[in-house]
Amino acid sequence: MIAMAPVFCIIVPLAAAFASVVRPLPRPLVGLAILVVLGLTGMTVAEVWQQGAHRIPVGGWQAPLGIALVVDGLSGALLATTALVMTAVLLAALPEFADRDRETRKGWAFWPLAFLVWAALNAAFLSGDLFNIYVSLEFLTLATLALVSLEETAEALEAAMRYALFALFGSLAYLLGVVLLYAAHGTLDIALLSQADLQGTNSIVAAALITTGLAAKTALFPFHAWLPPAHAGAPAPASAMLSGLVPKAPFFVLIRFWFDVAPDLPGEAALQFIGTLGAAAIVYGSVLAMRQTQLKRLVAYSTVAQLGYLFLIFPLAGGDGLSQVWSAGAWTGATFHAVSHALAKAAMFLAAGLVVHAAGHDRVSAMNGLTQSMPMTAFAFGLASVTIMGLPPSGGFVAKYLLLTAAFSSGQFIWAAVIVAGGVLAAGYVFRPLSRTFFHGHVQTVAVPRRQQAVPLTLAALALLLGIVSSAPYAFLQTGRPIAAEEGLE
Amino acid sequence: MTPFLPALILGSALVPGIITFFLPEERVRLRNALNLGGALVKLGLVVFLVAEVNRGRIYETSFDLVPGLPMVLRLDALGLLFVTLSTVLWLLTTVYAIGYFGRRRNLSRFFGFFSLCVFSTTGIAFSGTLVTLFFFYELLTLATWPLVVHWGDAASIRAGRRYLVYTMSGSAVLLFAIVWLESTVGPVEFTVPAEMAAMQDWTARGILVLLVAGLGVKAALVGLHRWLPAAMVAPAPVSALLHAVAVVKAGAFGIVRIVYDVYGIELVHELSMTLPLALAASATILFGSLMALGQRQLKPLLAYSTVSQVSYILLGAALFSPYATIGGLVHLVHQGLMKITLFFCAGVFDERAGIHDIDELDGIGARMPWTSVAFTIGALGMIGLPPIAGFVSKWYLGLGGVGAGHEWVVAVLAASSLLNCAYFLPVLTRIWFRAPGPHAAAAKREVPAALVVPPAITAAAALAAGLFAAFAYSPLGWATLIVGREYTP
Repeated sequence: MIAMAPVFCIIVPLAAAFASVVRPLPRPLVGLAILVVLGLTGMTVAEVWQQGAHRIPVGGWQAPLGIALVVDGLSGALLATTALVMTAVLLAALPEFADRDRETRKGWAFWPLAFLVWAALNAAFLSGDLFNIYVSLEFLTLATLALVSLEETAEALEAAMRYALFALFGSLAYLLGVVLLYAAHGTLDIALLSQADLQGTNSIVAAALITTGLAAKTALFPFHAWLPPAHAGAPAPASAMLSGLVPKAPFFVLIRFWFDVAPDLPGEAALQFIGTLGAAAIVYGSVLAMRQTQLKRLVAYSTVAQLGYLFLIFPLAGGDGLSQVWSAGAWTGATFHAVSHALAKAAMFLAAGLVVHAAGHDRVSAMNGLTQSMPMTAFAFGLASVTIMGLPPSGGFVAKYLLLTAAFSSGQFIWAAVIVAGGVLAAGYVFRPLSRTFFHGHVQTVAVPRRQQAVPLTLAALALLLGIVSSAPYAFLQTGRPIAAEEGLE
Repeated sequence: MTPFLPALILGSALVPGIITFFLPEERVRLRNALNLGGALVKLGLVVFLVAEVNRGRIYETSFDLVPGLPMVLRLDALGLLFVTLSTVLWLLTTVYAIGYFGRRRNLSRFFGFFSLCVFSTTGIAFSGTLVTLFFFYELLTLATWPLVVHWGDAASIRAGRRYLVYTMSGSAVLLFAIVWLESTVGPVEFTVPAEMAAMQDWTARGILVLLVAGLGVKAALVGLHRWLPAAMVAPAPVSALLHAVAVVKAGAFGIVRIVYDVYGIELVHELSMTLPLALAASATILFGSLMALGQRQLKPLLAYSTVSQVSYILLGAALFSPYATIGGLVHLVHQGLMKITLFFCAGVFDERAGIHDIDELDGIGARMPWTSVAFTIGALGMIGLPPIAGFVSKWYLGLGGVGAGHEWVVAVLAASSLLNCAYFLPVLTRIWFRAPGPHAAAAKREVPAALVVPPAITAAAALAAGLFAAFAYSPLGWATLIVGREYTP
């Protein structure tokens, strides 16, 4: 049973999704489903912790005939992050899409879609071959697309349309790349492909297509235009998933592809190019975040900026760098960032959702006087901001420190400058809403129970804790890393 | 118990802080008991430690943040100097704050961040590695900001923004420099001399300049100081703590660590960086005093005086002479005692007589004698009049300047003292020798005791630190011990 826990990590949320289509689940059942998936995720993580990375041939069939799931430190960590964030999101959604609202489209549709997102994310993190990944990502896109259009406003629908265009373009490019690889090598299994010698024009074109497709889905600059309206337009619990978790799936696949499938393929120029796009995202996203007048837009643009850091993994740890001492640090730094950003950004969106709900509007001024009226939410937003700025103590700081060290060790000062500047820019946008929380007199008219406020606070505290108790997550993330061993910082 | 001692002391500030955040506004007694209790426990632990460290014991706790990145809490003589100062002043400031705020609102938030601020300062003092230092240094930035913007009006928010713009840029520079340094020489522990030889001279110089610039924002070096006068809008206990222990001292302390425990004063001297550092400090000393001269209001005057006085510490650190080092270190304490006295008094003048401008002080001495005497002791100490503590600092700095072969330092000190006279004496004249003005006439009595006793104590302490400087446990005695242990010129 324990060995098959990863399989059930996909099946159980999927079943919950189907069940909620048939009939809205009563609260106890939603709670039970959450607990079961949490438990399964816990088992999977424990298994990786004890046994290291391993493959699970589903149904006993070995690749290339059968489907294999792959669990290693990175997928385990993302699985766990997903479980934590989804739990928080669903708990936060319970009051918003309460039983009596199940009659409305919003209240009815949210639950199957949310469980579907959970299943699709887990599937993407566990899949051992490129086609299953494609299927998972498609499921993910469909579910999130529906979530974006949940608010029945013209704005939301327009955002959903734009998202659909980018996402479908991404899928198409990815699929085309996968087809090229399949034609050349006759397999899509990641382990088998990594043994095949990926060389020549065919492979390069395939890699370029796959990368472009995934970058569009991760909203890497300049494919970011769909993200802010989509994430800001969805209901807050949906935004929390969309911003915190969903972009991590295509990014995870990018890492799988570039570090496991074809570590030798990318040239230095390609790596630097992707790094440049990441750096541009950091600067551009932050500057735009600073200029937003709507609270949720601000948080969404911050996601554009924060996703940029992830892509610094390519120039810092990819290609020839993979064999260098700093590679382990850079790789772990970027993946650490993925995890801590997921927790912090979900906390931020959930907090923003409560604020918007309490104030009745979405302008940044909704934050006025928040430390008096809703201190817990103000605190949650503040703690999440610490991670977003990458200041200690927070998971964001550890991530940034690791990336910075790698940038200096490899002599790439420009990335170091970007990382440091990104922190200052982030301070520029998070302190705009935070300053307002200290204003006199409050404008929030609707009272929010403390129990609801505790959810984002817990998530934000977890992101903070990641920066203090970071040794174990660091070691865990490294489990099953093929080349750079657990050397630590040199 | 021993390995937990650093953690225990940190906890004595952190735990009350965290509990305070969750206390409902009306639980005044519990909140006060918690904060005073924490401060007293901490004081007890620190007294115990002073004796222990004096006997040569050193306590250390460490854990790995990530492999190869240790967080080290270490109690050595230098750290303890700073911790003792912050612990004593935390207790007094808490008492003062309770008296100052009375029944005003948002106090759980205030005392929560206040404790967090003290926690970070203690952490900075205990830091055994550069990264640990940065960790707590940034926590301090974050914990102080809510205190600066506490009043929540437009002016406070503006001041808070300026504070952030300066400190965030400073910490970005600092982080850049720290990681640059550590990627070259490995993680820097203060006890283990770093392999500086691995660096080229110009790289070493560049990193040193960046480190000092990053820390210099909080230490309010000239050009980087503009947040400090702006932050004057904060409540009086915050200004007192900011100027005496927490923020500016954290910057100065950080620079002392960099010069003595990261680079080592010999290396800084070999890189011929001592002179530029001393010049920057001297420029700040003169600039702060000149600016103070032009102020019409009391708090900005004190703020510019801080800009000037904190650089005495840097001047002492920069001069290649043990006497100068003693002078700089002892000033860390002396300036704290004197400046907190002045700010406490300014707060009392404001609260009880509504005085903000200097010319409103006319004749207040007769109406508010306790506060006025304390203020006078603080001001005379800043000027450097014996036997108040400030004299001892200046004396040692002057000796050190001559010892290092920089006789011009004496001229800087003399000029600064003259300027101090020029801006403090008119204030004192107004307090004591003018006929009572409207504010003095309307001044209320000097109550509650919580507001008046703390400045009296710190003023007495400033006097005692000068009078009994020859004792082993005086600030001077302790600074001499530090220099004797850690300084090998």
